[in-house]
Amino acid sequence: MNFESELKKGNFIIAECIYCKKIVWPPSEFCNQCFKEVSWRKGSYEGTIIEFSKQNENYFCLVEIENTIKIIGKVSSGIPNTGQHVKIERCGIKDENYYFEMSLL
Amino acid sequence: MSKVGIASYGITKFSKDDSKIESVLLKSTKKLFDNSPNLSRNDIDAVLVSTNNNSKYLSAILSEMSGIEPKIAHSIESLCNSGTNAIISAYSYIASGLADVVLVSGAERYDSPGQILEWDNSRGEFKHPIFWASIFTKAYKREFSVTDEELAIVPVKNHKQSQNNPNAFSDKTYSLEDVINSKKLTDDLRLLDCSRPCTGGASILLASENACRRFTDEPVWITGIGQKTTSAGFTKNMAFSSMESTQFAASTAFKMSKHNVNDVDVAEVHDAFSVCEPMALESLGFTDKGKGMDMIKELYTTNNLKINPRGGLIGSGHPLGATGIAQTIEITQQLQSCANKRQVENAKIGLVHNMSAAATSSTVLVLER
Repeated sequence: MNFESELKKGNFIIAECIYCKKIVWPPSEFCNQCFKEVSWRKGSYEGTIIEFSKQNENYFCLVEIENTIKIIGKVSSGIPNTGQHVKIERCGIKDENYYFEMSLL
Repeated sequence: MSKVGIASYGITKFSKDDSKIESVLLKSTKKLFDNSPNLSRNDIDAVLVSTNNNSKYLSAILSEMSGIEPKIAHSIESLCNSGTNAIISAYSYIASGLADVVLVSGAERYDSPGQILEWDNSRGEFKHPIFWASIFTKAYKREFSVTDEELAIVPVKNHKQSQNNPNAFSDKTYSLEDVINSKKLTDDLRLLDCSRPCTGGASILLASENACRRFTDEPVWITGIGQKTTSAGFTKNMAFSSMESTQFAASTAFKMSKHNVNDVDVAEVHDAFSVCEPMALESLGFTDKGKGMDMIKELYTTNNLKINPRGGLIGSGHPLGATGIAQTIEITQQLQSCANKRQVENAKIGLVHNMSAAATSSTVLVLER
């Protein structure tokens, strides 16, 4: 199991170091604190909007998940706000780029 | 430790020319030699090339094309602050005694691969720099109640100042309305808020104190160096309305130079986008948090050229690998009182601020005559 093979299937998983008890982000095989191998678990799909902007008709937002992971994704519909809760509705890899689509909660 | 100084420089006009990278490197190197009648090829111990271009072995190629056979020759890449990273590498070779005279040549083409950091997947589909710039701008406007109209003063000022820079990419001035009405890239960023990728080269000659005096009567000394890399990925930034790496780099550079921000007479700061100029001024300590635009407004209305006299990146253009070197050349000319219409009167101490990838890495240099 690795982050990209799961992301290709539309699954968002998280690398965690059980020794340091921390999330390793960006996802990596090894903990960036102790270099031991990470373990993988299903990630929370919910997060909070830190900031957002809009290109043409599409909002994009910077979202924090599990107080550690920050990603930029598209907002599927509605007008976002900072502090608002969102859920990863879809994620995957397209044209070699990760993509995350968020729905507002 | 021997003092390290700037003994000569050469720069090309920044343009959209479709020149080969080797040709861009050679042009500014030729100009450096033209400016240094006492410099012989045998004097040069090291040739360092700063670029994000994908061509390989460029320092050896530049050496061969220039008739130099250096002991040390290699390239340095660190996205937008490659140039000052190369200068610091040159400084280190000289300070350590491994080299006495080092040629640093930076060059980039308008289509540089250094504009996009492919690795940074935390940005999802939003890897182009306009997206981090939009997030920075939105966060800055929100936190400090700054408007788009206020931020528009940055490109108005910097395009205006660049008209006295014969090597600048910009060839015209713009009004606040022009900036506001320029193409909307996102809700928070317009085309004229952006520095433009372009083709350009800048070369600088660093030398030990004794060697420096052989090549110039007006050496400029590098007295402060500070660098900090907080991460590679944009989303790892702790704040989106200030530059943590810049604060750290400035503090280190000032400590080394035994000066403080109040001593600085002239500075080139990394205005990759409009919002970067007030953020940089605040993070460097020129003004309090949220007060950067007040300082910029004051400079603009009093025609004070202290910040970005050559027009910054927005006015001069941004050929990534050449930018940090071009900034350093500008401050050198200012301290040598040869910046013509851009001259800041009686400038004795100058500062260069050069950063990469949404301020995940910053370099600050303090220069003195």
